[in-house]
Amino acid sequence: MQRFSGLSLLLSGLTGQRTWRPQWRSPEPKSAYDAIIVGGGGHGLGAAYYLASEHRLTNIAVLEKGWIGGGNTGRNTTIIRSNYLFPESAALYDHALKLWEGLSQALNYNVMFSPRGVLMLAHTVHDAQVFKRHVHANRAAGVDNEWLTPEQARAFCPILNIGDIRYPVLGGALQRRGGTARHDAVAWGYARAADALGVDILENCEVTGFIRGADGAVQAVETTRGTIRAPRIGVCAAGHTSVIMKMAGVELPLESYPLQALVSEPVKPVFPCVVMSNTIHAYISQSDKGELVIGAGTDAYTSYTQRGALEITSHALEAICELFPMFRRLRMLRAWGGIVDVTPDRSPIIAKTPVPGLYVNCGWGTGGFKATPGSAHVFAWTIAHDAPHRLNAPFTLERFSEGALIDEAAAAAVAH
Amino acid sequence: MLLIQCPYCGERPEPEFVYGGQAHVARPRASAELSAEVWAAYLYRRDNTRGVHAERWRHTHGCGRFFNALRDTTTDQFLATYKVGETRPPAQRSGP
Repeated sequence: MQRFSGLSLLLSGLTGQRTWRPQWRSPEPKSAYDAIIVGGGGHGLGAAYYLASEHRLTNIAVLEKGWIGGGNTGRNTTIIRSNYLFPESAALYDHALKLWEGLSQALNYNVMFSPRGVLMLAHTVHDAQVFKRHVHANRAAGVDNEWLTPEQARAFCPILNIGDIRYPVLGGALQRRGGTARHDAVAWGYARAADALGVDILENCEVTGFIRGADGAVQAVETTRGTIRAPRIGVCAAGHTSVIMKMAGVELPLESYPLQALVSEPVKPVFPCVVMSNTIHAYISQSDKGELVIGAGTDAYTSYTQRGALEITSHALEAICELFPMFRRLRMLRAWGGIVDVTPDRSPIIAKTPVPGLYVNCGWGTGGFKATPGSAHVFAWTIAHDAPHRLNAPFTLERFSEGALIDEAAAAAVAH
Repeated sequence: MLLIQCPYCGERPEPEFVYGGQAHVARPRASAELSAEVWAAYLYRRDNTRGVHAERWRHTHGCGRFFNALRDTTTDQFLATYKVGETRPPAQRSGP
């Protein structure tokens, strides 16, 4: 791997930037691997990286239907936080947050992690009570989260309108360790580091079926680039997980919805943090390019279209214009949708399946980006040991029949 | 925004409607005698179809009635709507 450093940048600058080579190979598929990851987003590429780097399983492949990072990894609003209510969730998401903090160094690739603080606004008495409960639960679990008065919230985000608004800001929960990262860089950084360890990244390689043995265990996948054998297969296919897993005869409690985001024209640095409002529903931060990155809600109905309804985006923009009146004349550049796989309790499934050798990492719903390193890390552990890591042990498929839900849906009452 | 054909009121814009999830999910009889797996499947497992999906809608800001629809989830095109109690009509997928 061509390592990046200040010196390498300087030397390449002096030689006309002609020294750079492709950051990962485009190999032909082998006929067999020790393990296969289906899905070349951040979660899948990360799982391959941790399998290779921590579990010495280097004869593996990542199969991606399109191009890596072209699904939800490239379509989210890049918000990172770990202030979830229940201890199981807080532990899992905080594991991810701790990995984010050292990820650029670990991958030798700048993922531009920026812990600029995530402020979640309360607009009703119910919001204030729920957020204070979150703050207390988080602090008891060792996760930073603090309650701000409306004035403190405005001091943290000076352009926030706290009073002249239909639902005035009654306070906010601030996680200072939260922030954003560059989404594409996460996919590329994991791909580059995994490739350097020998992982084959196979793009334009869509899974079309599974081959199972007499004992029911997976033996191979059929793909658009031929049959590829592997005794262990991990599926990280986000919104298309139901489609893939049905090919293996596994039905999941998932529904796939479009989730939209949009960016404005780029402007000078004006927005120092991340602000989320669950009640009037909008998420906003500013990218390093200067675009305001705005998250909207999910559409009401299941769909695989990767687009959504205009009234959903206009609803989010109405909320943004109320909270930040200075953005009212800003023009929006692009809007898009991603397909998110939602579980009934809004918590993920990272688990073994009833099919031996087949593992699934899904159900991240509207909030999977923040978990990317942690999700990938525990999923790699699960595949390598054929048993869940301590942190993903509660996130089973069986919890829906056992009743042991991790009900973040009820805890937040909205999408994450 | 979708235009949806309510079988009672005609074509109306999507914000008048509320989505009601997958259609034809029958509540099992004698639920007390069922295994946890069967009950969980009824509560939580859905087809999540990529293609023609039979689903419930309610015309909340209109007649207020539930009806069923066939929609292609790869294009969001409605292929048919029909009243509750009617059998699911045949439907061909729309274009590629």
